[in-house]
Amino acid sequence: MTETLHPLLEIRGLRKQFGTVEVLKGVDLALNKREVVSIIGSSGSGKTTLLRCVNLLEEFQGGDIVLDGETIGYRISKGRRYRIRDRDLSRQRSMTGMVFQSFNLFPHLTAAGNVMLGLRKVRRLGRDEARAIAEAWLGRVGLAQRGDHYPSQLSGGQQQRVAIARALAMDPKLVLLDEVTSALDPELVQEVLNTVKSIADDGATLLIVTHEMRFARDVSNRVVFMEQGQIVEDGPPAEIFGNPRSQRLAEFLRNTRT
Amino acid sequence: MGYSLHFGAIWASFDRLLSGLAIGLGLAIAAVLIGTFLGLLAAFASVGPSRLGRLIAGSYVMMIRNLPLLVLVLLVYFALPQAGIRLDKYESFIGALALYSGAYLTEVFRAGLLSVPKGVVEAGRAIGLTRFQTGIWVTAPVMLRNALPSLGNTFISMFKDSSIAAAIAIPELTFEARKINVDTFRVVETWLVASGLYVAACFAIASFLRSLERRFPKF
Repeated sequence: MTETLHPLLEIRGLRKQFGTVEVLKGVDLALNKREVVSIIGSSGSGKTTLLRCVNLLEEFQGGDIVLDGETIGYRISKGRRYRIRDRDLSRQRSMTGMVFQSFNLFPHLTAAGNVMLGLRKVRRLGRDEARAIAEAWLGRVGLAQRGDHYPSQLSGGQQQRVAIARALAMDPKLVLLDEVTSALDPELVQEVLNTVKSIADDGATLLIVTHEMRFARDVSNRVVFMEQGQIVEDGPPAEIFGNPRSQRLAEFLRNTRT
Repeated sequence: MGYSLHFGAIWASFDRLLSGLAIGLGLAIAAVLIGTFLGLLAAFASVGPSRLGRLIAGSYVMMIRNLPLLVLVLLVYFALPQAGIRLDKYESFIGALALYSGAYLTEVFRAGLLSVPKGVVEAGRAIGLTRFQTGIWVTAPVMLRNALPSLGNTFISMFKDSSIAAAIAIPELTFEARKINVDTFRVVETWLVASGLYVAACFAIASFLRSLERRFPKF
């Protein structure tokens, strides 16, 4: 009951411009702890930008993002908003994990090294402790034997699972997944989706941007449909996919059906 | 009238050539170490967010690259004492070559930095590394690996440029060869041997750097 009163993530009136182009036009979205929410919508609808704002990789011009009771990214002083200092941004970023479309593993580090870097430098754990956590997470994503491999020696699916381990090892309150299967060969998509599914089943809070409609339907508690920088529909998957209320969502679903 | 080769006089002074070679290597290593530091600093500044930093880095590279090394060496050696900065000839040459190599290394490192994928840097920020930590633990190592081949070229150039130190009477290889030449009048032999030593040393440096390239994983 208290959890529903205080959502883990609350986005209020989020506005974002690139130059004169408005990509987010007042987005409101709340996530409870352990909830899995998928955002669907066509390219350019602002889904990815929304995730990047939550992880403070993008600045935004209006609205608030509150994570676990803390307003992130900005402070208000004498009625004006200021971006906070880099050190504070980094601390707030470490509360969310991000998995990118193109994996973005550190190419000079092994799989274990990728997972360990944040544990060592951000959470300031000792080498042995960091290694133990890294090995546990690599095992969790099915890569126990690949700790010493460099990213270039791994398949796309394996790289993405290392990226998932890297994000989750930091013990984030919220994990953001940005089209995590879009850069993968078709036969590698399922292993990554299975990994995400099992993390969701373990009670992680996930905000997912995806083009995999079947996956969104299977894994999510709620699905959000975005178009042109706004949330058009927000509801349980059965309703979003089975009974779209808006013309635009119905059209989108028709076009993505394969 | 033929010129017949007699290497005997050269071999008699071979230890001087070897010590000259060692001095040249020492000068180059010291200068390149400082130059690497300067180059890293200027390269990060030249792609960084600070306008002033970009301006300073850009001016540094432009100034130094448009000066012949010999002029820079003479400038540092003769002008700095007038400004009250007393350096011996070794210090002033290392300083000049460091400034010079720093400018070239800035460009090498800058190209390396631009080759680091933006997403990899963002991944560093996303796990909570600060901007500085990301630079140290992500950007710099990826950049160095990418820059390694052109870094090797620059290091070899800098070693060969240590021959300029002869102009301010530092007894490195070229200086010693010139002295032996004057003492023995064995012109061809002297410069053949000196050339051989330069080629051998550069070949050794290149092989060492190539083994480094092999040791670090390709991305």
